[in-house]
Amino acid sequence: MPLELLKYGLRREHRSFRDIPPTPDLRRSYDVVIIGGGGHGLAAAYYLSNYHGIHNVAVLDKGYLAGGNTARNTTTVRSNYLTPPSIAFYKEGVQLFEEMSQELGFNIMFSQRGQLTLAHSDGAMRSFRLRTEMGKHMGTRIEVVDAKTVREICPHVNLDEGGAHEVLGGLWHEDGGTARHDAVAWGYAKRAAEKGVEIHQRTEVTGMTVRGARVTEVHTNRGTIIAGQVLQAAGGLNGRIGEMAGIPLPIRCFPLQAMVTQPLKPFLDILLSSSNLHTYLVQSSRGEVVIGGGTDPYQLASTRSSLPQKEALATGALQLIPCLHNVKIMRQWAGITDITPDFSPIMGATPLDNYWLDAGWGTWGFKATAVAGKRMAETIAKGCVPEILRPFTLERFERFELLNEMGATAAGH
Amino acid sequence: MKVMTCPVNGPRNIAEFQWLGPVRDDEAPEGRALVEHLFFAPNPMGVLREWWRHTPSNTVFIAERHLNTDEILRTYLKGAGTANASGAE
Repeated sequence: MPLELLKYGLRREHRSFRDIPPTPDLRRSYDVVIIGGGGHGLAAAYYLSNYHGIHNVAVLDKGYLAGGNTARNTTTVRSNYLTPPSIAFYKEGVQLFEEMSQELGFNIMFSQRGQLTLAHSDGAMRSFRLRTEMGKHMGTRIEVVDAKTVREICPHVNLDEGGAHEVLGGLWHEDGGTARHDAVAWGYAKRAAEKGVEIHQRTEVTGMTVRGARVTEVHTNRGTIIAGQVLQAAGGLNGRIGEMAGIPLPIRCFPLQAMVTQPLKPFLDILLSSSNLHTYLVQSSRGEVVIGGGTDPYQLASTRSSLPQKEALATGALQLIPCLHNVKIMRQWAGITDITPDFSPIMGATPLDNYWLDAGWGTWGFKATAVAGKRMAETIAKGCVPEILRPFTLERFERFELLNEMGATAAGH
Repeated sequence: MKVMTCPVNGPRNIAEFQWLGPVRDDEAPEGRALVEHLFFAPNPMGVLREWWRHTPSNTVFIAERHLNTDEILRTYLKGAGTANASGAE
């Protein structure tokens, strides 16, 4: 890639090009219909078309490309989970991010700078020790550090010695990183479209025809299409789309709010979060400090913002890095998260033979964009759920085989 | 400031309230119904009946709220039904 860039730079004429082709007319039928043009759906389309020889694919999105949670997350990539199935899955996810710019020939600006999660209570330290042992066992880079090391890793952190939120230690996860979320979606979309995948923006799914154990037709605001296989990856609307296919999902919607400050000179070279304060901070490559936290305190399927939640984010951020007190907030937003009871996603088969789920990504979906897309494409191409995805089945709730990741998700990010 | 009407204390800042989740059957179900009760909580694109608590006075009551618009349609004490219903925001 670097040589190509040099060649391009030395060229005399630069013709303009389009990364993503304009939305074509809908055809009558597709081998695979992907509901949701976010990172996950586009990644699945990329792997289907580039690795499995399935080119007759339509990606449908009711809005614009990657305009939902793909554009609203706070771009954390990490694998410091608690249960072995989750760690194995997210570890593969991190590895795919490491190679993604090369794989796609598209700079996704992956910066593997490490994630430091702070503990302000003994309970949090205990859970960090458990996550560290699990992570080491599974071969990820993770360790528990004391307050002195926290200061060495991030000198700006307020250790609050003797205060209400004294930093007792931290969870240092060197594999953690951040990437540009738009670029991830565009990279996958561009390389999928080159192989014949059609990306249909402003195409809203309005219903589905189910005959026997198959979805036969997908109805949209632009016409009806016959679908060979269907992949549902609809972010905050997963519950609604599941209903259309007659599949109730254990999902509830909560808004997740975030905001960014004005650009500052680089000072924060790690991802910083606190499990007790439900706050996390990352400085983007533009210098803006992205501030995120937990979901809203009550169920809602709206991207509205609220002052109390923004105040809570600011309080947490100022507790961790007091020198931000004069910094202005530039933008703020919210996304609709689809939360499952055990804070793990739902992937794999459904009661319908040709309908596959990539849902329930709550607040933790960006880091899994590549691995979920790759593994769901494999599932659809082979008609069989791979071993790594099986623990995430929808049936786990009936069997009471939950994958509890609340501690590693809701408060950790 | 978003306002919620407590059936006992009247209109108050929503920050004084705690959301306790959807109103569900009091009966303990079994089998498939237990799975649904535990994991398949209602998530309608419409109005949800849910428990709330006014924390300073520890008043637990029911609210009907629209999950798309966040509009609070009615609040009332359990058993009061429509009789003591308070208005929206």
